[in-house]
Amino acid sequence: MSSVSPSVADLGLPGGEPSSAQHGGQGSGRRWGRRHPPSARPPALTAAGAVATKAAGPALAVTYLSLLVLLPLAALISNAFSGGWSVFWNAITAPQAVAALELTLAASAIVAVINSIAGMVIAWVLVRDDFRGKALVSAVIDLPFALPTVVAGLTLLALYGVDSPFHVNLAGTRLGIGAALLFVTLPFCVRSVQPVLAELDTEIEEAAASLGANQRQVLWRVVLPSIVPAVLAGAGLAFARAVGEFGSVVLISNNIPFKTLVASSYIYGLTQSDNLPQASAVSITLVAIALIILIAIGWVRRRFDIPETI
Amino acid sequence: MKRSRWLLPLRYAVLVYLGLLVLLPVGTVFFRAFQHGLGTAWNAFTAPDALHALWLTLIVAAVAVPLNTAFGVGVSLILARHRFPGAWLLDALVDIPLAISPVVIGLGLILVYGKTGWFGNWLAGEGITVIFSVPGIVIASAAVSLPYVVREVLPVLQEIGTEQEQAARTLGARPLTVFRRITLPNIRRGLAYGVTLTTARVLGEFGAVAIVSGAIAGKTQTLTLFISNAFDNLEPESGYVGAVALCIAALLVLAALTLSDRNRDAWHGKVSA
Repeated sequence: MSSVSPSVADLGLPGGEPSSAQHGGQGSGRRWGRRHPPSARPPALTAAGAVATKAAGPALAVTYLSLLVLLPLAALISNAFSGGWSVFWNAITAPQAVAALELTLAASAIVAVINSIAGMVIAWVLVRDDFRGKALVSAVIDLPFALPTVVAGLTLLALYGVDSPFHVNLAGTRLGIGAALLFVTLPFCVRSVQPVLAELDTEIEEAAASLGANQRQVLWRVVLPSIVPAVLAGAGLAFARAVGEFGSVVLISNNIPFKTLVASSYIYGLTQSDNLPQASAVSITLVAIALIILIAIGWVRRRFDIPETI
Repeated sequence: MKRSRWLLPLRYAVLVYLGLLVLLPVGTVFFRAFQHGLGTAWNAFTAPDALHALWLTLIVAAVAVPLNTAFGVGVSLILARHRFPGAWLLDALVDIPLAISPVVIGLGLILVYGKTGWFGNWLAGEGITVIFSVPGIVIASAAVSLPYVVREVLPVLQEIGTEQEQAARTLGARPLTVFRRITLPNIRRGLAYGVTLTTARVLGEFGAVAIVSGAIAGKTQTLTLFISNAFDNLEPESGYVGAVALCIAALLVLAALTLSDRNRDAWHGKVSA
C-alpha cells in the first residue's frame, strides 16, 4: 500500500495526504473506527482507485466534449481570423452577410416576441383550463420539438407552399421564414412558462382578489411579475434557436440573397462553395450572438431563482 | 373567483393557433404522401436510395445515442456529486450545441476533421475518412444532441440529493452497486426522457449532417438529406413519404415523452405527499 499512497498525494488532490497518514496506523485498531466494514481490498488501494476514477471521469467527459464541440469551435475561431482582422471584418460586412444577419436577427426577435405572448397564453390555458383533449393539446406543443426540422419545413411548405390548399403561398417570402421560426420555437416559449405558472399558488391570487383587487390587477400585479423571468428565459431560448435555425427555413425560404437568405443558409452556401474562412467569420458572429443570449438567460435564471431558495 | 369569461376565448385562440401552426401542416404532409394511393407511397418508400437512407439513419442513431447517454449520465454525476473549480464552465459548455446553429457545428467539424482540417493530415495518414463519410455523420449527430441527457438527468440528481447514496455507501455498498441499485432507479425517468430527446434529435438532424456528409445518394444520405434532396430534384412525392416516416418516428417519441411525463408527475406527487 505504500506504493499506492504517494500516487494519491502526487495527484495533489485534497485528502491525499491525510489518507496516507490515516492508513499508516492501520492495524492499530484505528480501522475499527471506520464507518463501513473493511473490504477485501486494502483501503488505500480503494482510496487511490476512487481518486483515479474521480479524475478519470471529468477527463473523459472533457475529452469527448472537446472532440465534438470545443475543438470545432476553436478551429472556427482560428480559421475566421487566419487572414487577420481585416479579412474577418470584410467577411462579416459584405453586403450579403450584413443583409443575412440583419434578416436573421430581426426575424428571430419578432418571432420570439410573438411566441412569448402566445406561449404565455397557451401555458395559462394548459395550467388553469380543463377540457376534453387537453392532454392532446399538450402533446401537440412538443411536436415541433420532436419533429425533424427539415420535416417541419416540408409540413409548412405542404400547407403554405406553391400548391397550398388555402392558396396562401409563403414560399420564398419573409413571412414563410417567420412561420417556420414560429413553428420550431413554440415549445420553448410554452414549456419555460408552464411549470412556473403551475407552481404559482392560486391562494395568492385569491388573497389579492379578496383584498379587493380586480382581475386586471391580479393579472398585472400578481401573476405577470412572477412569470416574467420565465417568459424572458423562454424568449431567449426561442431567439437563440431562431438565430441558428436552418432545416425548417431552408426549404420554405428559397434562399434568395438580400430577401430570404438567413445567416445559417448563407454559411451553408459559403461552405458548399469552399469559402471556409468567410463562412467561419459569419459563424463566429452567430456564435457570439448566441453566447451573449445564453449568458443573459443564465443571468436571468440565477437572478430570479436565488431569492426563492433563500 | 370568476375565470370563465377569460378562459373560453383564450382556449379557442390557443386551439386555432396550434391548429394552423402545427396540426394542419403535419396533417397535410400525410395527405400529400398518400394522395396518389398507398401503392405509389410504398414504391417511393422502398426505393433503394430511400431504404439506404433509412438504414444509415438507424445506424447513426445506434452509435451516437449510446455514446451521448454514457456522456450525459457521467457528466450529470460529476456536476451533481462533486465540487471542483470550473464546474460551472463544464455546465455551460455542455449547453453550447443548444445555442449554436447546427450548420456552424458542421462547419467546425470540417475544420477539424476535414482534409485541410487540424487532424486532416493525421487522419489521412491513418487511412481514415471522417468528413463526407459515415463517421462524420455520427460525430455531427452526437455533437448536436449532446446536451439533452445532461439537461434531463442533472436536475433529477440534484433534487434527489445524496442521502440514499450515502446510506447505501455506509452500509458497505460499492460505488457501482450504489449507482445500479440507488442512483439509476432514481434517475430512470429523467434518463428515459433525455435518451428519447437525443434519439429524436439524431434521427432528425439536418443542418450539421448536411454539411459534413456530402449527401451522396445511397452512401452518405440520411433520411433528412434524402427528403431535402427529393424536394430539390422536384420529386416531392418521395420527399413527403420520407417525411411521413420521420413524422411517425416523431409521434412515437412524443407518445413516449407524454407517457414518461405522466409517470414523472405521478412520481413527483408521491415524493411530495
